[in-house]
Amino acid sequence: MNSTDFILAASESVNPLLPNPWEILVTGVGFAVLLFIVIKVIAPKFEQSYEDRVTAIEGGLEKAEAAQKEAEETLAQYKAQLLEARTEANRIREEARSEGAQILADLKTKATDEAARITEQSHRQIEAERVSALASLRTDVGALATELASKVVDEALQDDARAQRVVDKFLTDLEAQQNAGASN
Amino acid sequence: MFAFALPMASEEGGFVPPSVSDTHLPDLFPWMAEYGTGFGKQMLMIVLSIVLISWFFTVAIKNPKLVPGKMQYIAESGYAFVRNGIGRDIIGEKNFRPWIPLLFATFFFVLLNNLFGAIPFLQLPSFSHAGSAYAMAIIIYGTWIAVGLKNHGIRYFKLAVVPSGVPGWIMPLMIPLEIISNFIVRPLTHSLRLMATMLAGHMIVMLAAAGARHLIVVQDSLAMNGLGILVIVGSVAMYFLELLIMVLQAFVFALLTAIYLQGAIEADAH
Repeated sequence: MNSTDFILAASESVNPLLPNPWEILVTGVGFAVLLFIVIKVIAPKFEQSYEDRVTAIEGGLEKAEAAQKEAEETLAQYKAQLLEARTEANRIREEARSEGAQILADLKTKATDEAARITEQSHRQIEAERVSALASLRTDVGALATELASKVVDEALQDDARAQRVVDKFLTDLEAQQNAGASN
Repeated sequence: MFAFALPMASEEGGFVPPSVSDTHLPDLFPWMAEYGTGFGKQMLMIVLSIVLISWFFTVAIKNPKLVPGKMQYIAESGYAFVRNGIGRDIIGEKNFRPWIPLLFATFFFVLLNNLFGAIPFLQLPSFSHAGSAYAMAIIIYGTWIAVGLKNHGIRYFKLAVVPSGVPGWIMPLMIPLEIISNFIVRPLTHSLRLMATMLAGHMIVMLAAAGARHLIVVQDSLAMNGLGILVIVGSVAMYFLELLIMVLQAFVFALLTAIYLQGAIEADAH
């Protein structure tokens, strides 16, 4: 009996389809243990890690979106504020301008009034002076008339021409005197 | 019938290809007992896979950061792949949440145990042993039947085997077919698909290793030795193909789990 026969005999004694019951047992129990570990430890951990990542990514996106929104809101707010400030500035400028115009107008009115008042006052003074001058003139005229009369009487009317001359001179003097009084 | 060793080499110093028996190493506890009576390397690897998966995903997510580090990123990508790529896409947005742990555990349990086949020294895909594949298939089978009964009561069996929109006269043919396909063939294909692909991959690795060794060490001809080198080069390509199949089968296994669950949850929808 050579070795080939031995091997052949051995081959025929082992059917690869017939299992070793110990292998079934070990595999079955082993797989149960593995499955237990996977269910209790491994799978939950992986699922948790996966969930965490999803949450983190989604959370990050949400945060970014929120930040974007906030930035937009702030921008809009700033723009509104800027617009408001511009309007306000315009309003103030407009107000100042109209106020200035008002002040100018007021001043003008005041100046006109003042001028009118001064003119009025001057007129009144002139009038008063004129009246006083007239009064003093009357007194002067009386005195002059008396003087003239005495002179006329003194000359005794010797010459008509001479008398005429005296009257004319008197009147001229009177006139000059009056003019001097008015200029005062 | 299961003699993978073909009697091709009865000549002098003939090549003895490795057989299925070689995939079953002697058990470790009791010490080096014969296969099938104790705790062996394959079971040690099952335990190792559970420890590794629990350790990696627990540590990776221990202090979860919003911006993940390398380890957390890898763990989260893996979790998200099962959660969204298998769970949500197959079971649907509404019902998939309770099933994430089951799909997650299934996918990574099968994936890591498959990848053990590509790691030197371990070098044994756990699911190339039928027992483990059966165990997983039984767990899933029990789960989706329980889900169906919970959601639809005893009416679930009618929903599962009586197709809608089929003329009555064809029913006697359809109902037995549906029973066989859903309740008998389904768990078998679910487990055997995984077990067979892993066993085949493992056998190819063993065959390539044994063949290369034979060609290089035992054969005297230089040409044969060169052929041995070629076998090693070719086995590297096979290694990457195996890697692909290992990942693919883990994905298929978890995907089918999700499809069965979805079918049980919404049995009345189709």
